[in-house]
Amino acid sequence: MAYKNYILICAGTACESNKGIALYDALEKEIKAAGLESEVQLVKTGCFGFCSEGPIVKILPDESFYVRVKPEDAKEIISEHMVKGRKVERLLYKEIGAEKASEEIGFYHKQFRIVLRNCAVINPEIIDEYIARDGYAAIEKALFELTPDDVLQEIKDSGLRGRGGAGFPTGMKWGFTKGTDADQKYIVCNADEGDPGAYMDRSVLEGDPHSVLEAMSIAGYTVGANKGFIYIRAEYPLAIDRLNLAIKQAKEYGLLGDNILGTDFSFDIELRLGAGAFVCGEETALLASIEGNRGMPIPRPPFPAVKGLWGKPTVINNVETWANIPVILLKGSKWFSSIGTETSKGTKVFALTGKVNNIGLIEVPMGTTLREIIYEVGGGIASGKPFKAAQTGGPSGGCITPQFLDTPIDYESLQSIGSMMGSGGMIVMDEDDCIVDVTKFYLEFTVDESCGKCAPCRIGGRTCYNILDRFTKGQGKMEDLQQLKDISLAMRKASLCGLGQTASNPIMSTLKYFPEEYRAHIEDNTCPAGKCKDMITFTINDKCIGCTACARVCPVNCIEGKVKEAHVIDQAACIKCGQCFNTCKFDAIDRV
Amino acid sequence: MSKLTLDDLRKLRDDKKKSMSQRDSEGKRGEIIIGMGTCGIAAGAKVAFDAMLDEMEKVGVTDISIKQTGCMGLCFSEPTVEVSTSDMPHVVYGNVDEETARRIVRDHLVGKALVSDHIFDKPSIDIINPAGN
Repeated sequence: MAYKNYILICAGTACESNKGIALYDALEKEIKAAGLESEVQLVKTGCFGFCSEGPIVKILPDESFYVRVKPEDAKEIISEHMVKGRKVERLLYKEIGAEKASEEIGFYHKQFRIVLRNCAVINPEIIDEYIARDGYAAIEKALFELTPDDVLQEIKDSGLRGRGGAGFPTGMKWGFTKGTDADQKYIVCNADEGDPGAYMDRSVLEGDPHSVLEAMSIAGYTVGANKGFIYIRAEYPLAIDRLNLAIKQAKEYGLLGDNILGTDFSFDIELRLGAGAFVCGEETALLASIEGNRGMPIPRPPFPAVKGLWGKPTVINNVETWANIPVILLKGSKWFSSIGTETSKGTKVFALTGKVNNIGLIEVPMGTTLREIIYEVGGGIASGKPFKAAQTGGPSGGCITPQFLDTPIDYESLQSIGSMMGSGGMIVMDEDDCIVDVTKFYLEFTVDESCGKCAPCRIGGRTCYNILDRFTKGQGKMEDLQQLKDISLAMRKASLCGLGQTASNPIMSTLKYFPEEYRAHIEDNTCPAGKCKDMITFTINDKCIGCTACARVCPVNCIEGKVKEAHVIDQAACIKCGQCFNTCKFDAIDRV
Repeated sequence: MSKLTLDDLRKLRDDKKKSMSQRDSEGKRGEIIIGMGTCGIAAGAKVAFDAMLDEMEKVGVTDISIKQTGCMGLCFSEPTVEVSTSDMPHVVYGNVDEETARRIVRDHLVGKALVSDHIFDKPSIDIINPAGN
């Protein structure tokens, strides 16, 4: 017995607090009353990402979208819409037309998927599925309809900029390589994704490997290269498997290899696996690693576009940049450049993580605001606590604070507020996150990953880390702050490569926006977020009624006391995990 | 497979496009797509995949194809499964464990009822085929 209609009710936190449950019950009652149990199915769903208009009800299959629905509206929805088939006009979402609204609301609302167009649509292990979705139509167009100059012009006109983080115009980069005479040129894909918490490139390679292969071939045709390398970290075994399979299939079809589609153009791609060094994401270090040398950067210029792999002109782009290329050729540079902001065209993929409800891989047009990303796509802060900051750009980036929630995100705007686009990691923090601790985490990462070739990065990074470590242990001095600033600036100016030059960005950014939190650690010896274990103590006050709940959850059994008598924490044994604090229902545990 | 010429490629693309849109006429009522990136697999997508195949065999569903894809981006509700059939709303299910996978086959495919507590919503807008499928 099939249902005729489905009523979807948002059961997200926000809508539930807007009486979503009462509405559900009311609808259920009305369905029964109308005898429609076998025709209408009532369904609780996840958040539609439209909490301000909740509670929300969506009717399938006709896609009606009702907003601000009250329990007393249930009767009308059932008797009018379900029984008579007439929509309840007054409840329909009207702002942008009911039809459009319902199509665009949800986790994917605000998202626009160019790079991720095939992820979650095709089977990445079957080349035919990629081809069916206009796959290899862009290389076809390039080879049979466009000259290399035409392709270059399209890419230039599109305004595409490098998605690896620095945002260098892709067309210009290709132009340098194209304009350099050489007997051999190379195309390289940087898939050495290393930022903590970032997985944009892995997802593209796992979900749509052919898009990268096709794009690299297009670049080869454009600049006159016949050999490509994908440098991918060995920690991505599934992406490697799928790439290998994709290369094999493309070769069988003659879409890679000699005389592609019967033309004079030949192009081949090989994989090179990285051994896990973060610095190898830096292009000169990456090229050194492909050559079989130790992955260490060399000063630029000359840039790889002119003198790269084995001294030959080399186009090197990041996975996400590559994935944009076929779409630009197929849909045209005009279409592409109509998306985004004045200086930053197209979309950006972010790995949205941290304290949001909807952790996920998202793609939004440039110019989307942080507020839209966190509160609409991300579904808001999971804990319900106030938003504190969003970290973008990973170990090279900085924090975006609440005052910038409405800043349209692009390369320039992020830089102007002391952060950066970076490769696309975005970590959302609430009040429970300690800024000093987070900064220390990033420094620990860059210190660990510094290749050690230049002193500013090797010594400066370590010294900064030590200072931050002292702060988190309550051993900081105010004069340390000045030293931290001085070293940070020196690292920025004097380091050899991007790793060292940007390693102090998290420090500069947090010093600027959270000076009071640093001061609290140094002067007051407290951690406002309650994260730095050496600075907090848990004590039991006189509100304790002796319920024993804390003693039962304590993992190290350091809380003593008899039933119905005040308990005591043995400070020497306490590991400051905070379990007792979270468990106590009587506010009897103080965290200072 | 021999190497393609331009005409071969175009023909292949047209054929595949047709076969994807004309699933119904080939005796298929729809398809199930499981997100199987590293994260999906780690979250148990393989288990869900196997459970679905097993359950489909058990209850005798033969008119639904099942395939894997990459990351759907819904990391907070992995494993994710998209179910698109001609006679039911097109939906995405989240947190699909083995039991839910079997329920999707029994309730959604056979019983024609949505598995209500795991519904996420519709998939995103498609820039390649804007009309959707």
